[in-house]
Order: sequence, then structure tokens, then C-alpha cells
Amino acid sequence: MNIKQSFKMAVKSLQSSKMRSFLTMLGIIIGVASVIILVSLVNGLSDDITSNLQSAGTNTINVMIIGRGGNRSFDAEDMEALVDDNPEYFTAYSPGVSAQITAKNGTVSVDTSATAVGEAYAGIQGLEVEAGRFIGYIDVERMQKVCVIGSYIAEELFDGAVYEGSTVKINGASFTVIGVMEETADSVQGSSDDVIYLPWTTGTRLAGNASIGRWSLQARDVKDIDRAIEVAEQKLFLIFGSEDSYRVSSMSQMIEMLNEITGTMALVLVGIAGISLVVGGIGIMNIMLVSVTERTREIGIRKALGARRRAIMSQFVIEAASTSAAGGVIGIIVGVALAFVAGRILDMTVVPSFSAVLIAFGVSVAIGMIFGYYPAGKAAKLNPIDALRYE
Amino acid sequence: MTGGRKSAEGQPLIRLRDIHKVYPMGDDELHALDGVSLEIEKNDFVAIIGQSGSGKSTCMNIIGCLDVPTSGEYFLEGRDVSRMDEDEQAAARNRTLGFIFQQYNLIPKLTALENVELPLIYRGLHERERRELARQSLERVGLGEKARNLPSQLSGGQQQRVSIARALVGNPSIILADEPTGALDSRTGAEVLDFLARLNEEGNTVILITHDMGVAGRARRVVSLSDGRIVSDVRGRAGEGAAGAAAGCGA
Ligand SMILES: Nc1ncnc2c1ncn2[C@@H]1O[C@H](COP(=O)(O)OP(=O)(O)OP(=O)(O)O)[C@@H](O)[C@H]1O
Ligand SMILES: [Mg+2]
Repeated sequence: MNIKQSFKMAVKSLQSSKMRSFLTMLGIIIGVASVIILVSLVNGLSDDITSNLQSAGTNTINVMIIGRGGNRSFDAEDMEALVDDNPEYFTAYSPGVSAQITAKNGTVSVDTSATAVGEAYAGIQGLEVEAGRFIGYIDVERMQKVCVIGSYIAEELFDGAVYEGSTVKINGASFTVIGVMEETADSVQGSSDDVIYLPWTTGTRLAGNASIGRWSLQARDVKDIDRAIEVAEQKLFLIFGSEDSYRVSSMSQMIEMLNEITGTMALVLVGIAGISLVVGGIGIMNIMLVSVTERTREIGIRKALGARRRAIMSQFVIEAASTSAAGGVIGIIVGVALAFVAGRILDMTVVPSFSAVLIAFGVSVAIGMIFGYYPAGKAAKLNPIDALRYE
Repeated sequence: MTGGRKSAEGQPLIRLRDIHKVYPMGDDELHALDGVSLEIEKNDFVAIIGQSGSGKSTCMNIIGCLDVPTSGEYFLEGRDVSRMDEDEQAAARNRTLGFIFQQYNLIPKLTALENVELPLIYRGLHERERRELARQSLERVGLGEKARNLPSQLSGGQQQRVSIARALVGNPSIILADEPTGALDSRTGAEVLDFLARLNEEGNTVILITHDMGVAGRARRVVSLSDGRIVSDVRGRAGEGAAGAAAGCGA
């Protein structure tokens, strides 16, 4: 008897008890579907985060100064010296301090964040100007009262119609708008489009000559980024004499870390979903045991007619495997569909992984084989006459 | 196992030597078969009779390789069955033996045709060939147009005929029938017996188990069992009626 024949018999016996087959499959369906949903969402999440971070430039190094109380502070000259002394590692630098402010145009006002930057900031962060220009060297040098606004601000304060010479009142002081940034996040409130850039010299004065706590550095080559971070740390240590006063991190480090976090999260979630797969497998074994017992007489008849042990065995194993495979296929369809629905509702990107689908399918078939094997073996070992006499 | 037939030259088709079958009954033992020795030649029509519990079915199960004796020797077509492994016994059941059971033993969720096909599936025939042979076999028992019926959609007599078709489809050398008329009315029973007699005419070896002397009368040879022992083995005399009927059929 060949596989095709066993398969036909399996399909026949599945069809003859549809409800039971469905209930058997349910465990597998739920297990496979949840694995796929979770993997798709976690994949989507990590893709989102990565692409967000990557758009900011992977060769960006962030420097945070925490040690305000120290006897020595880190200012623009120090940073300039760092970059100028290490041209093989750094190409540009810019402050990047943000503060909450209120911006006004006539009677319309919006609460937003102002970021005090240098002329290199847009280049380092990979930002593009939609209209006008970005903050320039002269603006910084002369402490010009100019600003570049994000697309959300342009929408809110000017209804999108910004002209040359338009002004914004920031905390009461009037600033000329010299540029509008390209939209990066659908012009949503609180997003990277909800921002105003000022020359850092103007910005620090506005904040009462505050010192700069945040810097962006551009590394010459992503490959040397770890070395570049070391160089920056050495310089900072020389100044502060303590590692607690500053933090240096890179985008690629952050991406790596986040990927690690989402990876662990995925593993935990998939593990939980895997448990339901195993439970589904036990369901299959249960049903197979019952079905073997119920069909003992049938097994006796088949053996009396010349079925070898292997033929009985393969009939039941294939029956179990095709039950779970059918459950697996339904689970994959349900899982992918639900993942997209969930993505819609939660406004998340959904990235179904082909390998997750393959693995889920493989695992469900394997579960069927493994859990079908024991009852099948039990059936095949029966003495023909004992099986025939079974009531 | 057609190879076995070569060695059948000079050997009986079936040879039982001092067969015992013992079932433990608590502290006691039950001797279902108590030293049965029996030889059956090719082409014979043998009835095994005896009262209920005399060991007829036990005997047939051993002949049919469905059960193993506690002790004794059994040669089927000259081969020692106790030395065959499980797969060889399955092959012997598949090729050499055809069973007709009192309770039909059809698989309920398979159609008549599919039931008849089963022995051929386990013989490894291809679907087309299987279908054709199964159809022919069903036609032979007069059920050609019931091929697609499930057993539950057939009368008792029809079900028994399906089981006969199934026993015949593989063209076995021995037909084993355990009380084939037990569940049938006398007319259908007689039809089944006629059929068995005709099969014997056509060259099959038929072993018929019954507790009914009237039924046994159709056979050429009648073996009586009592308490697991053979108490008489008569040829011709008891089979006269059968022989007469068979001769009448054949003429
Ligand atoms: N599996 C078994 N376990 C214990 N005892 C058994 C078993 N099978 C048969 N017997 C006993 O063996 C004896 C012979 O049984 P068997 O079925 O061969 O009788 P039989 O001649 O076919 O009777 P009947 O005409 O009623 O079918 C009986 O006493 C029966 O109780
Ligand atoms: Mg009996």
C-alpha cells in the first residue's frame, strides 16, 4: 500500500467526522495562527523602529552631558576641538538641545519643542528642507533670530502657506521663518514634524545662557564608529574626570539594542504560542487514541485481508499528519489575515515572515506525526483476531 | 506466495498436527482445541460442524492465520506457519485465504466496491486494475449495480454477498466461511451455499463452518468437533446430498 492510498483513506476518515476533525484541528489552528500573528507584529514593530532610527543616520553619535554640577563644563569650543583634532573619525558636529516652547502666529498658538542646532544638524540627522533653507553658519555666528519649522507647525500656524518674511513669536520674541522641513511623519502632533529649529546660539540665550546638554556628532565611517565613540569618551573623561558625567551612544548601537529587545520579546511570545501548539498536538493524540480504539474492528478486518503492520501504521500516522497539516494551513491563513486586521487596528506595520509560516507548518505536521505515531503503533501491533473480536 | 504451491505437490494444502489452543480461565485452563490433527486436500469442500463452543471458530482462525495455536504444527501449502513472520502471515492471508465471516465484517464507511477492493490494495495493485477486478467480483455475486452503496444501505444477504465478493476478488486458493448463513433467512442462506458449492466446482478449496447438519450436507466431507476434539470425519455419505446437487449443477 502506498502513501497516496494512505492519504486517500486519511482524507476519507477526516471527512466522515467533520466536527471532530475540526475540533482536533482547533488547537493547531490557534497555535499556528498566534505564532504567525505575533511574529508578524513583532517583525513589523522592529522594522518600524529600525527604519525610524536609520533615517536619522546610522553614523550619528549622540553625546549627552549629565554632569551639570561639575567644576568644568563642555562647551562648543571643546566639541570643535574634538572634531578638528580627529578628522579621521569625525566630520561634523552640532548641538541638539530641545526645550518646550509656545509658538505664535498672530492669535494662533501651538505648544511645541524648539531644538537649538548648528548648521551641520540637518546633514547629520539626514533631514531635508522642503522650502527655503536650513540654519546656516552665519545665523549661528550672529545669533540671528531665525527659525526653520517642521511641516506640522507650518500646517498649524500658517495653514501650510509660509511666505518669505513670515514670522513666529517664540516665547514672546519674534523669529523670521527661513525654511520649512520636509514632512517625515505625516505631520502628526508630537512627531518629528512637530518641531522648530533655532540657531543654537540664539536658543541658549533664549534659555538664559544654559549650557548645551546634547550633541550630535557625525562619524566619518560607520565601520569605525566604535573607535570614534572611544575617542569622544576619552576627550570627555579628560574634561570631567568621571564616566558618570556623560553618555555617548550611536544609532547603530541603539538599533542593535532594540533588535535584541524585540528579538527576545518575539522569542518569549512565540514560546507562549508554541505551548498552544503542543497542547493542540496532545489534542490530536487524544483523538487518534480514541479513533484507534473505536476502529479496532476495522483494523482487525484490514489485517485479516492482508494489511501489514506498516500499512496500518502509515494509515494512522498519515491521518494524524494530514489532520494537523490541514489545521496548520487554516492556521496560517487565519494568522496572516488576523495579523493584517490587528495591524490596521493598532496602526502597526505587519511583516509576515515566510520562514515563520514554513516553521509553523512544519511544526504542525511534525506534531501530527509524533502524536499520531504512538496510537498508530498501538493499532498496528494488535493481533488480527483480538482486533476482530473487539466490541 | 504462489511459490508455495510448488511444494504442495504430494503435500496436503492444509495440515494441522496435534493443534492445541488453551485459554487461561482464572486458575483453570480452557482447552478450546485439544489435539486437533487434520489434513485438507486441494479442491475439497469441507464442513466443520459441532455444537456451540466446540472450537470451530478457533480452528478456523488458526487455519486462517488470524490466531496462533498454543502448541502443534500448522503447514499451509507446505510452509510452516509458525515460522512465518508477521508480514509473511499477512501476505498469506492476502493471497491464499479468503474469509467470509458470520458478521460480514464490512467497513461501514467504505462503499461495497471499496470494501471489495481492500485485499487488492494490500496486494499493491494499481487503482485501475483494482477497480476493474472489484467490479467483476461484485458482478459475480450479482451486486454490480450496488457498487456505490454503503454497507448500511444493503440488506443482510447483500452484505454477505459483498463479503463473498471481497473474499473472492484476490482469487485465493482457500475460502474460509464461518457460519456464512447464520444471519440469513433460509432462502438467501441457500443461495450463499449454492455459491460456495459452485466456487468449489470451479476449483476453490472451501472450508465451511456451521452447526447446522443441513448446511453441512452440502459439503463433500464433514468433520465433527466436540470439546475441541475431532469426533468424526466422514466423506461422501453425509456429502451425498451436496454431491448430488453439485453434480446436478455441474452437468
Ligand atoms: N479469546 C478467548 N478467551 C477465552 N476463551 C475463549 C476465547 N475464544 C474462544 N474461547 C472459548 O473457546 C471455546 C471455543 O470457542 P469457539 O469460538 O471456537 O466455539 P465455536 O465452536 O465457534 O462456537 P459457536 O458455534 O458458538 O460459534 C469456547 O468455550 C469459548 O468460550
Ligand atoms: Mg464460532
